[in-house]
Amino acid sequence: MLKEKKELEDLATYCIDKSIKFNATSCEVKVGNVISETVNLRNKKIENSDRSDVLSIKITTYINKKKSSTQFTYIDNENTNVMIQKCIESTKLLPDDKFNSLPNKKLLVKNIDDLLLFDKSTISNEKKLEYLKEVEDVALSNKFISKTNGSSFKQSKSNFIIANSDSLLSGYKKSEFFTFTDLVAKKNDSGMESDYYYDSKVYLKDLIPPKDLGSNAAKLAVRKLNPKKTKTETIPIIFEKRISKNILEILSSSISGSSFARNTSFLKKKMHHQIFPKNINIIDDPLIKKSIYSMPFDKEGVKSEKMYLVKNGILKNVILDSYYAKMLNKETNGRASGLSNTYFEPGNLSYKDLFNCGKKLILITDTMGAFGNATTGEFSCGATGLYYEKDTFYPINNFTLGGKIKDIFENIFLANDLEFKYSKNCPTALITEGLVVGGY
Amino acid sequence: MSDFFKNTDLTRAEAENIIDETLLNKDDGELYLQNSINENIILDDGKIKNTNFTKTYGMGFRGVSEDVTAYCHSNSINKNSLIDASKSINSTLKSSKSYKHNNSIRRTNESLYSDHNPIEARSLKEKIELLNTVDQYLRSKSNLIKQVTASISTEKKNIEIIKTGGMTLSDNQPLTSFRIALIMKKGSKNTQGSYANGGRMTFDNYINENNWKEVCDEAFRQAEMNLDAKKAPAGEMDVVLNNGWSGVLLHEALGHTLEGDFLYKKTSVFHDQIGNMIGNENITVVDEGNIPGRRGSLNMDDEGEKTQRNVLIENGKLINFMHDRLSAKLTKNTPTGNGRRESYMFAPMPRMTNTFMMNGKNTRDEMIKSVKKGIYVDALGGGSVDIVSGQFNFAVNNAWLIENGKLVVPVEGATLIGSGPEVIKKIEMIGNDLELDNGFGTCGKAGQLVPVGLGIPSCKVLMTVGGSKT
Repeated sequence: MLKEKKELEDLATYCIDKSIKFNATSCEVKVGNVISETVNLRNKKIENSDRSDVLSIKITTYINKKKSSTQFTYIDNENTNVMIQKCIESTKLLPDDKFNSLPNKKLLVKNIDDLLLFDKSTISNEKKLEYLKEVEDVALSNKFISKTNGSSFKQSKSNFIIANSDSLLSGYKKSEFFTFTDLVAKKNDSGMESDYYYDSKVYLKDLIPPKDLGSNAAKLAVRKLNPKKTKTETIPIIFEKRISKNILEILSSSISGSSFARNTSFLKKKMHHQIFPKNINIIDDPLIKKSIYSMPFDKEGVKSEKMYLVKNGILKNVILDSYYAKMLNKETNGRASGLSNTYFEPGNLSYKDLFNCGKKLILITDTMGAFGNATTGEFSCGATGLYYEKDTFYPINNFTLGGKIKDIFENIFLANDLEFKYSKNCPTALITEGLVVGGY
Repeated sequence: MSDFFKNTDLTRAEAENIIDETLLNKDDGELYLQNSINENIILDDGKIKNTNFTKTYGMGFRGVSEDVTAYCHSNSINKNSLIDASKSINSTLKSSKSYKHNNSIRRTNESLYSDHNPIEARSLKEKIELLNTVDQYLRSKSNLIKQVTASISTEKKNIEIIKTGGMTLSDNQPLTSFRIALIMKKGSKNTQGSYANGGRMTFDNYINENNWKEVCDEAFRQAEMNLDAKKAPAGEMDVVLNNGWSGVLLHEALGHTLEGDFLYKKTSVFHDQIGNMIGNENITVVDEGNIPGRRGSLNMDDEGEKTQRNVLIENGKLINFMHDRLSAKLTKNTPTGNGRRESYMFAPMPRMTNTFMMNGKNTRDEMIKSVKKGIYVDALGGGSVDIVSGQFNFAVNNAWLIENGKLVVPVEGATLIGSGPEVIKKIEMIGNDLELDNGFGTCGKAGQLVPVGLGIPSCKVLMTVGGSKT
């Protein structure tokens, strides 16, 4: 059974009281319980089941401007006391850091709106298996799907409390239902190719129908079969949605408070400067209902609100917690846990329009390796895709993309097909210039 | 040693009974108990940014019938949670018809590391002073150094495995790691360097006056070298890899595809190649989990099987995969001591330990001299692989452009890609300078991280380089 609010609050309050008793001048405690149940199917046969029930505590103690932290899963009063004492002893030994402190009391969350982040319904392992069997039945009915690499259904429920010595005491329950399938495709004497599809929802009833999960994954795997190699050239690139979202990932790493405060981002001097074309707006909204990425407050207990990261192509905000906000002489914007639901406002072009930009181009369907380096601003990764020429596509793999992140940002054109599926959401994106394809 | 039954309502005898009742009508399984402590101290931006002390405590109960696994884990070791776990295992494995319970295990009394607690090797105060000294040492090297991150991570992991019949196996696994990452800035250009040192020997083996400076010097050398680096070329060309950490190529391009679960699932590109020549006859690849003191070494794996030297590829011929107990059983092989897990929160699976290629005959100079146009990789970064297609990739941290047999200029921003089955055929020259890495590898698979070792002699191989210069 998931631990109820009262039990977690009692543990948190106990830890706060003990920390103060052992001479912390302030402290913060997080208590979390996660229970998950997963079943995996492979080639229509159960492969394994997994049940997890973990309660953990994380404590950060301050002695004025000194700070240290501890976390543990061995939870009884005796061990908790030992861990707190050890944490306090460490804290005493540390040097002062003037930016260390709990967040400004005024910014702490008071009342939270119900963002509909918890679904009471549960699904038995038998029902999960039925769902997965349907997924694999549909997938394997595709004549080019030779076997499955595994299909998974996970139900996860969690409850947590965050408390601090400035009277913060808040938390909420979350649920997540996750389904996934990974398929292997093979056509006659071709090599094997694999691809996957997944869905993840707060509410069980919102999950993708199993037949769609199976057929979507099958299409993705089959279109990779019989890839050709491609030559080294400079050519327009289109990133599919599941790849274009990485443009927001690399933006996110490049505008973290730590990289700005510590002067390690290639964008450090670009605050209030044009970094994208004028028609580009990027928003982070933590308060979208029923999204697994939503959060009414961040991991310091600071309330979070909708915010523009980029407006009319200009960098407007970086991602701040209390510590780095102070270093930068700003106030935290409730992003100690990072970004939440981040998205590009959709563009005006249709998906089809993007392909009219040139006689030939490459549609990127998968990448390998880091999608850019936020410190150096360099971009280089391995890629798989489809070569588009004379209105036809053929699969290509084993090539690289290289260039500069700056050029990807500056030469981006967006389609009008935004959908919310990930924590970072981007429409299909065309990069007209700046990327070099490395092949034979 | 931890006494896992000290502060609980569950006695060892009761636990053994539940284990027997649950597992005796299954093929395999065990109760895995973990009590580990980890201390992590990070210096960043000229100050101690964080000290974190973590205690990971819990149990994982596993049952296996034929090819089906049921796993249940909890941070509570008590009667109720073990009984719940047992019920859960029985509900998944209830349909099993015939079973052949096997609890035989290959044990060892060998100890590859001393029973010590690296956390206690120095006081916290001494470790903080050391990190401050490291920071000053690095920053005094150049005023272009803009950021230094240095960390000391020490861990003692106590594990106990209880199988049916009260069979108990245990191990204390110490691990120390010292890491440096730095950033230099010249004009508008940022460069990075990173290096580390670590393993399962005592603290002083990795962090003393002589060796911490070597780690700093190497990280500095990498960052400084890239200050004047030019754009890397793009396209297929000869690549000369330096020895040691470049073994990450072997780990990704070949190692993962030789893990036993991909053999019984028939999803590895090599699943039907055992006994076949998959590379030239100079190539011999080994995974060896019992090298004393190494980061990837273990006295026993996380199923209790002793670790050993496993020859995977011998003179170009594919000999064997790496197995845990399940993949060994399903493919009619013997376990190879490669069943590993990150913690009690995971069931074990076939994983690498220390993976390396044996020496060849060439020198690195010979390789460089033989290249008309290509790159010499001085420091590789991390990589990943697609098991099914065999495609892999790596980030290159530092490289030189080679023209007409000479190193011309440092180049940056390159990724290396290729496919495992192709690249092993394209290894043209192998050096006589095998070296294992310095002890900083961490391998991820299915969400589980485990420490690994790797190594390679210098090699010359044809690969695709992902620079931005056509």
